[in-house]
Amino acid sequence: MGYLHGFAVTLRQLFLPRVTTDYRGGFDDSPADVKREKPERLHGRHVLNRYDDGMEKCIGCELCAGVCPANCIYVRGTDNDPEDPTAPGERYGYVYEINYLRCIHCDLCVEACPTQAITESKLFEFSFTSRDDAVYTKDELLVDDDGRPRQLPWEDWRPGEDAMTSGWMRATSPSGDQRYVGEVAWSGELGYGVRPAELADTQAPPPGEAAAHGQKASADGEAAHGQEVSADGEAALDAAASSEGETVP
Amino acid sequence: MTGTLVLAVDPMLAGDIGLTVVLLTLAKAVVAFAFLLVAVMLLIWFERKLLGGMHQRFGPTIAGPFGILQTLADGTKLFFKEDLVPDRSDRFVFKLAPYLSLIPAFLAFAIVPLGGDFSRGGTVEWFGHTTYLQVADPPVGILLFLAMSSVAVYGVMLAGWSSGSKYPLLGSVRASAQMVSYEAALGLAVAAIVLVTGTLSTHDMVVAQAAEGYLGIIPRWNVVVTGLVPFIVFMIAGTAELNRPPFDLVEAEQELVGGFHTEYSSIRFALFFLAEFMNTITMSAVIVTLFFGGPAGPVLVSELGGYSVAWAWGVVWFFLKLFVLLFCFVWMRATLPRFRYDQLMDLGWKALIPAALGWFLFLAALETGRDQGWSEAVVTVVSLLVFVAAGALLMRAVRRGRASRDREAAGPPAEERSDPVGERT
Repeated sequence: MGYLHGFAVTLRQLFLPRVTTDYRGGFDDSPADVKREKPERLHGRHVLNRYDDGMEKCIGCELCAGVCPANCIYVRGTDNDPEDPTAPGERYGYVYEINYLRCIHCDLCVEACPTQAITESKLFEFSFTSRDDAVYTKDELLVDDDGRPRQLPWEDWRPGEDAMTSGWMRATSPSGDQRYVGEVAWSGELGYGVRPAELADTQAPPPGEAAAHGQKASADGEAAHGQEVSADGEAALDAAASSEGETVP
Repeated sequence: MTGTLVLAVDPMLAGDIGLTVVLLTLAKAVVAFAFLLVAVMLLIWFERKLLGGMHQRFGPTIAGPFGILQTLADGTKLFFKEDLVPDRSDRFVFKLAPYLSLIPAFLAFAIVPLGGDFSRGGTVEWFGHTTYLQVADPPVGILLFLAMSSVAVYGVMLAGWSSGSKYPLLGSVRASAQMVSYEAALGLAVAAIVLVTGTLSTHDMVVAQAAEGYLGIIPRWNVVVTGLVPFIVFMIAGTAELNRPPFDLVEAEQELVGGFHTEYSSIRFALFFLAEFMNTITMSAVIVTLFFGGPAGPVLVSELGGYSVAWAWGVVWFFLKLFVLLFCFVWMRATLPRFRYDQLMDLGWKALIPAALGWFLFLAALETGRDQGWSEAVVTVVSLLVFVAAGALLMRAVRRGRASRDREAAGPPAEERSDPVGERT
């Protein structure tokens, strides 16, 4: 009866709840038109951030363009006008373009950015019908005066989504180093201030293990003081692993 | 039916053929064609909706209520796409192929009885003419269906060949081999029906099935009369004939890009798509006619507002049966994985054809026994014994053949090989 079992499976599925949502792209007012909950670190379309005082964060250093594996970012930096600076410091990016026909949303640009100027929203529901629309210029990428992403006609934003613009950065520690998870290492953003860290992959460990883990790791950290960060991180991880191994028997 | 009629056995065409008769015939053809087109539209939507459900998805939801107009939207889109004819194609055949695929699907549908009160002969009275609720009832009847399903192979084969491209060619080679293999099983299953009902005409087959059933509740459908085996064979062979999953090797996306219609775009692609689903409806309708009594069924209300509506019950029963069969086709698609090519050939030649042939002979023995007045029990037992013995012989032959093939594939014995360790023996 092995063959017939499969028929029972498919028939049963027919009456189970649907795992997809009835997404309609925002084209009608149906209450069924819902988006799924986005993962914490989803890579969507980018935004260019501004500081609390409205200054642009981008300094035109072109590190994002340099690191981009798809060559989709085009940046030109120039000197600030001393009387009316666009960004704090010497320079700012006066041209900033991302070609979304090329972008693979790897977010290496976000990692490369020294000032957290470029981060990503969780929006991927944008489908343009011309190549010109595909190239987002600085006017379209830069957040507006409230610090919200600009909503273009072909983008499907839902209420509340425009606040989730730097979730991945805030959930990921600098350079992926475990010791900095949850620590705030970013500047304030226009409209939001200094935002708290997002919940990351490291949950709080059980109380018993936490003590041993913390002691061992900190002791190791002191002993290896002065070593390279990456080697240090590995040592701490090794120590954590070995301490876990000891507590099991 | 007496053999005096050449054109058809439809009583409307028996006497003088006047203008009304011609118009009636035309009207029937137009209605049937329109019905098929609408049915295809609904079937594609139904299939996508049902497949979605079986995958725990929604399926189409946006175009029209419940997404029912999705096919219309897709069709409109296909109409306005660029129509490409590959440079290296045989242009005439390339353009002809979709029609060779489409027209047989419709022609085969013409012989399917769609309605009528079969407790009283299945005829209707229209404008003073007694006629059948089917486009045509030729004396060759079901043979027309077999012929058309053979012609449909040409559509697929020529499409692949004329594309001037290798994947379509591979797809069409598969198609011809598959359809030729399964045609035989299909024909043998039909032969069993013809043997039992004693007629080729689809109308008379339905009349035969509308007769008094067994035990008062079991209808005298051919699926019961012929003992289920021809139905199973016909269902499997029919699915293979349609190139529907699990027999869709012709358009196996993972292996052959799009199969025979890789190079087709725009409206020509839409025609292939239309033909495929039209064939599915036609095949289901033929299965209903052959095995499930067609429009035959109880007449619950014979009068409505002074008009006789007995014939409409036939239509209702026919569509109910058709719907159940289409559901089964979609269900099979959602459940079964695609066959491998050698498995396909094995199933066709080593299982379906022998089973259909053996069962046909068994039914023939029963008929002969009935004619000659032999004891039915003895005939049944002896026939079944022969059936089993022949099956065992066939299995043995298949096993030996496979063993010798395996030996050949393994190569010569170890000492003759330049394999120093000889561990592969």
